[in-house]
Amino acid sequence: MSANLNPSAGYNLNATQNGGAAPPCQNGPGQTYPSVYHAAGYYSSHPQSYPPVMGQGPAPSGKAPVMNSQYHPSYYHNSHPQPVQPTVRAGPPVYDAAQTQVSQSCSATGAPPSSAHHAPQHPPPFKPLTSYPAPYYAPYPASQGLAATAASSAPLYPVASYSSAPGANQYSTVRSSQAPQAQLYQGPPGIGAPPTAVSTAPCTYARPPSGPQVAVNGQVSAVSSPVLQHYDQTQPVVTQSYKALDGDGAGERPPSGTPSNSVHSSPGHHPGPQYGYVANSGGRSSTAAPSSSSSDDEDDEEEEDEEAGADSSTTGSSSPVPNNYESLEDGSYPDSSSLPPPPPSSKAVPPFGYSYPNLHPAYQQKPASRTDTTPSYGGCNPPGYQPFSQPFPNMSQLSTALGGLSGVPELQVEGLRPVNLLQERNILPPSPLPDPEPNLSADLRKVNCSPDTFRCTLTNIPQTQALLNKAKLPLGLLLHPFRDLTLPVITSNTIVRCRSCRTYINPFVTFLDQRRWKCNLCYRVNDVPDEFMYNPVTRSYGEPHKRPEVQNSTVEFIASSDYMLRPPQPAVYLFVLDVSHNAVETGYLTIFCQSLLDNLDKLPGDTRTRLGFVTFDSTIHFYNLQEGLSQPQMLVVSDIEDIFLPTPDSLLVNLKESRELVKDLLSSLPGMFTHTRETHSALGPALQAAYKLMSPTGGRVSVFQTQLPTQGAGLLQSREDPNLRSSTKGVQHLGPATDFYKKLALDCSGQQIAVDLFLLTSQYSDLASLACVAKYSAGSIYYYPSFHHVHNLPQLEKFQKDLQRYLTRKIGFEAVMRIRCTKGLSIHTFHGNFFVRSTDLLSLANVNPDSGFAVQMSIDESLADTSLTCFQAALLYTSSKGKRRIRVHTLCLPVVSQLSDVFAGADIQAVTCLLANMAIDRSVSSSLSDARDALVNAVVDSLSAYRNTSNLQPAGLVAPSALRLFPLYVLALLKQKALRTGTSTRLDDRVFAMCEFKSQPLQHVMRLVHPNLYRVDNLSDQGALHLNDRMVPQPQLLQLTAEKLTREGAFLMDCGSLLYLWVGKSCSEPFIRDVLGCPDHSSIPQNMSQIPELDNPSSARMRTFLSWLQESRSFWPVLHVVKDDASAKTSFFQHLVEDRTESAFSYYEFLLHIQQQMSK
Amino acid sequence: MAFTFAAFCYMLALLLTAALIFFAIWHIIAFDELKTDYKNPIDQCNTLNPLVLPEYLIHVFFCIMFLCAAEWLTLGLNMPLLAYHVWRYMSRPVMSGPGLYDPTTIMNADILAYCQKEGWCKLAFYLLSFFYYLYGMIYVLVSS
Repeated sequence: MSANLNPSAGYNLNATQNGGAAPPCQNGPGQTYPSVYHAAGYYSSHPQSYPPVMGQGPAPSGKAPVMNSQYHPSYYHNSHPQPVQPTVRAGPPVYDAAQTQVSQSCSATGAPPSSAHHAPQHPPPFKPLTSYPAPYYAPYPASQGLAATAASSAPLYPVASYSSAPGANQYSTVRSSQAPQAQLYQGPPGIGAPPTAVSTAPCTYARPPSGPQVAVNGQVSAVSSPVLQHYDQTQPVVTQSYKALDGDGAGERPPSGTPSNSVHSSPGHHPGPQYGYVANSGGRSSTAAPSSSSSDDEDDEEEEDEEAGADSSTTGSSSPVPNNYESLEDGSYPDSSSLPPPPPSSKAVPPFGYSYPNLHPAYQQKPASRTDTTPSYGGCNPPGYQPFSQPFPNMSQLSTALGGLSGVPELQVEGLRPVNLLQERNILPPSPLPDPEPNLSADLRKVNCSPDTFRCTLTNIPQTQALLNKAKLPLGLLLHPFRDLTLPVITSNTIVRCRSCRTYINPFVTFLDQRRWKCNLCYRVNDVPDEFMYNPVTRSYGEPHKRPEVQNSTVEFIASSDYMLRPPQPAVYLFVLDVSHNAVETGYLTIFCQSLLDNLDKLPGDTRTRLGFVTFDSTIHFYNLQEGLSQPQMLVVSDIEDIFLPTPDSLLVNLKESRELVKDLLSSLPGMFTHTRETHSALGPALQAAYKLMSPTGGRVSVFQTQLPTQGAGLLQSREDPNLRSSTKGVQHLGPATDFYKKLALDCSGQQIAVDLFLLTSQYSDLASLACVAKYSAGSIYYYPSFHHVHNLPQLEKFQKDLQRYLTRKIGFEAVMRIRCTKGLSIHTFHGNFFVRSTDLLSLANVNPDSGFAVQMSIDESLADTSLTCFQAALLYTSSKGKRRIRVHTLCLPVVSQLSDVFAGADIQAVTCLLANMAIDRSVSSSLSDARDALVNAVVDSLSAYRNTSNLQPAGLVAPSALRLFPLYVLALLKQKALRTGTSTRLDDRVFAMCEFKSQPLQHVMRLVHPNLYRVDNLSDQGALHLNDRMVPQPQLLQLTAEKLTREGAFLMDCGSLLYLWVGKSCSEPFIRDVLGCPDHSSIPQNMSQIPELDNPSSARMRTFLSWLQESRSFWPVLHVVKDDASAKTSFFQHLVEDRTESAFSYYEFLLHIQQQMSK
Repeated sequence: MAFTFAAFCYMLALLLTAALIFFAIWHIIAFDELKTDYKNPIDQCNTLNPLVLPEYLIHVFFCIMFLCAAEWLTLGLNMPLLAYHVWRYMSRPVMSGPGLYDPTTIMNADILAYCQKEGWCKLAFYLLSFFYYLYGMIYVLVSS
């Protein structure tokens, strides 16, 4: 045991040194990373590194182009080096190959290649401008030369310098993980010699099973409360470490050091001896099992392929840390929903089912639902089994034992209850549809992923593709992966993953015994790393199934440097602003500048945050904001045919250093162009300039455009014929007119740049073409038709609120998302804004919390031999604080073999969303009428399929209860701007609606498709929801038909980003007076968008209800008060989808139409 | 036995078909690589797109040769593929360069499967026509 003590002491030492230099015990990994990441240091200290480079004299001019050509391939090749990876792992001689890769990508990233490329070719075609500082002309050519040298500085970081760097060797060892770990641990002798620990290990393990078995059960409930307590303890400590990191510019430090820091910072957190032991054995285990690691790892097609050596184990811990830093620093721990659920009290059961795999389902279910412990069912359990199974009481065993069989029969029955749609007049439930509950055992359901984040169109997965085809329902996933939520953050050097399919460990894996777990996606049996044996939450050893990773289906890992292709990038924001005459007229510039000024401190980022501005009309204007200038310098480039950057290194400036200049610029910018006469817009060249400016780092480009681009590359012609707006024949020009924007987006995506498009126009601007730039670079699209700062106040308010949210929301950089699913399932198509890099990998230059994704799935092989399927979405991203993080969501669903079960499990909202996505693809690739027919056919086919399964043939149109809203939702879809025909719809409006369907999360899409309508003039506390100390009234949900509206009432319609308050003509005076604060109906102002704060109960109720609605979404919706006679009425009434319009069916007619189609 | 223009056409077609078989094999391999994640779709499209037009042109070229040689049966056999090529190129996505494949849509399972099937069908067609041209050449040489 003496060997055990030594390292523990070492770690205690660490704990006291928290946040400081590399801990002594970590000599191996701790120092290795920094030295290797010398390149990283280069990267973050980018600006400073120029002068010396310049001093290097004449640059080898040939180098710059080489760099250019090299960069692209190296980026992508790096990301797909499967052929290389296996060899890397094979043994030391090949390590150099791996290093070459790394260094190539690093150096390529650092240098700004484009500038060098262009600078020498073009004499500076500067337009003399009044505001232009004269002395600037002189340094200009010099800076061009500088750029050239900077780019050619690649030789500074050649391959050779890497391999000779101290510790490079060790680094590669880490990458290649297991093989010669000994090298890593050569530092402290205490760690280097833990063979005794090896021998002690087995006896420690041996103890629990033989010892306090009953105690395990008895402790179950007791354990859960210490968990909470423990969180409180941990929280401030972790905060401290974060702060410390921020203080000393933690961003520049290789993040690999960070996790361990935050771990060691909590001395009380880990009992010393135990912790040391964990650390030791972690290091050792990798040495112990080299063969297993090198054998099967070839398909390490990691998120970035860099995580190849993700198994390098040293120390680690996991601590539940709130996701957003704000709450972290507040010191208050977020609500308990984020806590891992306390160990289920019924967990003694699994072994029970485990030992009797063939039990009748009903019997199995009974114990599962019981919360009693051993004694109660001990009677029916052969005592001999109990000790055997109890050491690993885990719900994942439940999964194998009980599977999906132990369903909730009532749910099934309810979902299948036949509903005659033609007779059911009030089809809508009184309250919003509950989220679907997969038909799983209670324990599995408890840990399953939140339906807000991850849901499937069919909560019962059909066994075969044939069965799926019979059901005629689409199979797919709807994801909202980067949703704002608090979730457990795990800091661990060993991220436990399946060796063959690289699945992250999740609550649905099976622990065969304490040392092995079985992957739930590919069924491979993996070893449990020693580090994983220690549970930092319960501070106990030997309970891998209680780790937060195994208790939560949504977790976030802090990734080590194995998950990095390059050092985490800083937050870089570039704003590209249209300042043509048209743009100035709309007045958006003032609002934008004001909004940015207000939110400058709230921009997500750290000390490295960089900011830049580009404005454009028919020329491109850059702004030099370099620290030390007295005022911002404007540089005008009029050569838009071949755009170049005047001063590549002073256009994107550190926000912290140049804050005053940025503020100066923002306050003077609106005034600078007030008298411009320039009407042209060179958007294409401006975007090219933005690409060049951003490509060394990546980041976010926000483009504000107010008209059709008319000059330079990417110019567009008007394609809309206003006379065809209401044609029923089909709509042309839904696709792009040119592939310029798509190509640019792909280039941007390759350099980790996302382009967000804000389109504020009054005429047609060909959004179909422009949107491509955001679509394929994982950006977002905002559209404000007929925006004007005076004449269109609702749009103005929406713009302000969107901007506020946009600037301050969380952001993830250089992200990729991979979706894995159980063997037998495969991904068919993705929907959303991204670039699909391989069959299951999405490349997301930026990821934001408001974007959703949809995935169509297909069943390749029969799932007959499994009872559960799992889907795992892993999102790897760089946080705005420069941390590499992996957010993992896992969803588990049962497999069924009966068609009726498939119908019972249909999640109609998800089905609608997925169908909407498919219909939009169809309307772009084929035609709008095709897409509409396909939607109607989807209803007809699935209802026919249901009719054929149920033998009884009642009259009328019968749907299973689970699908009873299907016709309604499809009708609503057909009446959406995106898909409607016959009603006058501007092309841009239509295209924008399509973009929204494709990129918004499910909840938002559903509110767009089928808004919620409430009557609000008679809100009462009856049936109100008690939330904290508030009473939230819950008015009944009304059908979307004018029939439900009365002149005597006031109605609230919730369309997601818009709330309409429709006030009837003879609405009760007290309501108008108390809630709206107006004496009578006629005095309600036209453009009312606020509910005044009046001190009376009905006003309070109304405001509570409104704020409750607003809380359910991430952004602040705009309220419109619509008077009965106002012109805004049309926009309100177009949402009443059940009513007949001149060109579309009413709901009842639609049902008859379906019935007719079915009887054909 | 005389060396006629028709015989020359068949010989030329034989050689060119051999080249087209290589194109088809390359096509199949490329899409298989895409499917198995070995290649980046952008790179793959960049390598595939320049090859599309040459393939079509080679085929058009010996079709014209057969037209000149008045080999109506052979021409008739090639007409469906010619028509398919024209249709395929007309319905290509919006692109500024030559080619058919768009990296943003290529990973769609339907398109991927379609392209793979297309590759196999073409390979079969070219192989069959290779032997047909061999037969045709000998027949022309012998009969004339």
